[in-house]
Amino acid sequence: MHYQLNDQQIEHDEEGYIVDIAQWSEPLAEHIAQSENLAMTSEHWEVISILREYYQEYQIAPAIRVLTKQVAKRLGDGKGSNKYLYELFPYGPAKQACKIAGLPKPTGCV
Amino acid sequence: MDARTDIALTTDLGIEAPPDLAPDAMSACRPFPAQPAHNEALGFPGALVEDWQDQAIAKMGELLENSRPLRVFLDSCVKCGACADKCHYFHGTGDPKNMPVARQDLLRSVYRYYFTPLGRLLGRWAGARPLDADVLEEWFTYFHQCSQCRRCSVFCPYGIDTAEISMAAREIMNSVGLGQKYCNEIIGKVHKVGNNLGLPPAALENTLEGLEEDVRDDTGVDVKFPLDVKGAEVLLITPSADFFAEPHVDGLIGYAKVFHQAGLSWTLSSYASEAGNFAMFIGSYEQMHKIANRIRKAALDLGVKRLVFGECGHAWRVAYSFLNTLAGPWDFLDPRYPVPQNIAAITHDLIQRGGIRLDKDANAGMTVTLHDSCNVARASCLGDRPGDQFTIPREIIAASVPAFVDMHPDTIGDKTFCCGGGGGLLTDELIDLRVKGCKPRANALKQVVDDHKVTHMVAMCAICKSQFTKVLPQFGYPMEMIVSLHQLVSRSIRLATNA
Repeated sequence: MHYQLNDQQIEHDEEGYIVDIAQWSEPLAEHIAQSENLAMTSEHWEVISILREYYQEYQIAPAIRVLTKQVAKRLGDGKGSNKYLYELFPYGPAKQACKIAGLPKPTGCV
Repeated sequence: MDARTDIALTTDLGIEAPPDLAPDAMSACRPFPAQPAHNEALGFPGALVEDWQDQAIAKMGELLENSRPLRVFLDSCVKCGACADKCHYFHGTGDPKNMPVARQDLLRSVYRYYFTPLGRLLGRWAGARPLDADVLEEWFTYFHQCSQCRRCSVFCPYGIDTAEISMAAREIMNSVGLGQKYCNEIIGKVHKVGNNLGLPPAALENTLEGLEEDVRDDTGVDVKFPLDVKGAEVLLITPSADFFAEPHVDGLIGYAKVFHQAGLSWTLSSYASEAGNFAMFIGSYEQMHKIANRIRKAALDLGVKRLVFGECGHAWRVAYSFLNTLAGPWDFLDPRYPVPQNIAAITHDLIQRGGIRLDKDANAGMTVTLHDSCNVARASCLGDRPGDQFTIPREIIAASVPAFVDMHPDTIGDKTFCCGGGGGLLTDELIDLRVKGCKPRANALKQVVDDHKVTHMVAMCAICKSQFTKVLPQFGYPMEMIVSLHQLVSRSIRLATNA
């Protein structure tokens, strides 16, 4: 199972999460988003960069509440809600956004 | 995967008519098998072993040897049919193999072939069949369409517990290298990091600091979310989803406010940062033991006096029913308190004694119903009187909101329907099953929404909360409709600064 990006093959698991997070790139994010029928806007990119920065520091995606607070800081108070994040990423901000950001899927009762 | 099924809801619930039969409707619905790394981390073979048939039968023999109930459950079914229409997955799918009796027979038939003289002699004439590749595939498919909720066992005149049978089947499959990815990956994370999410200590600390900030901004009160504090009175063990997801985290905030207001010193542990014990879902005593012992070690290391569990259904079953066997004795804890206690019992007691005061007006406009979680309802109690698992949450809700309404009596209490995501099935590739399995609960909810204008449904299990927020929108209800029990407490509790 892999994404075909130009002449590069990037391996992913059964659900489309890439196996080696070092292989992530912006074009790959575009490619994954496309396969999820999602058109990336600047707001999407902002969320992706928040996720990746947090992951760099803590080796896990931020909790939804941590994420919404960051989104509010960067995109304005009106957008700091779980609901807004679901508008951006209909399959869930944690799971779908993580997939596009090249991060592992949050597991457990979530 | 994103299965949007248009399931028509009916308000005429009562005892719902059985659905039309749809043979093999769900035969292609199965979870991802675990990868070798997931299996090996738990000491299981990485992939299906060569002589898997022999090994599976040997394992079955071992389980029968060690579990008298399993043998009784396999021997005693008289095919009376009482269970046939009691499973939420059968209601949602119409697949006859989701009738509990048929699910049991998947294992029973193999048991008969290898372990009963009649089955060996008469084969299929005695309902016996050998274990072959097709049977194994059927096991993997339909034993992962059972959420081990045990509703069927309430109606079985012999008390046959399908959950035990499904756990045994999963244990046999794991022993020959056929594990389920969702459960096994998660159990591996608990061993490695301490929780199902894989949330490392630094991230947990950061998350808790953020919550302190939020509560301060919100209320002006310094409510603490202590982590790894030695000498605290209470060790709180809660599902890691409480740190991560909505509306779980609102429940966690509620627990913190209750402890704050009651003046109880408490702490979380970064080592035992998970209440859930998914090893129960795969029937592995050894794994269950290993996970539970993280709690023991944390309690000893931190020198706490009491053990309290947050809102989590199966965790509470493991804690309430098995903790002493798994990780006891707990003689180093304060003997004046039960081990373990549930946060709901503590809150309830404080309400009764006036230790905390709740202001219903804070939840004005809410009409609330309660989803009894299967493992709390059918496998445990919350207080010291029989039935406290039903009365305690209802009395907490009644004290927190202006209006409470129960759903149809056949869908609550010990007859409660599963949310559709329990037992290790809360994984995306099973979303079609999860939506269909939620139908009986959604029907009962619709009835109280239509007749009593119910605005919110309380859940007190991390799996239920995640399942409903994901699945109820498919039935036309917003995800915000699902609230944590302690979310209501959090919103209504009168906080003082303890000055």
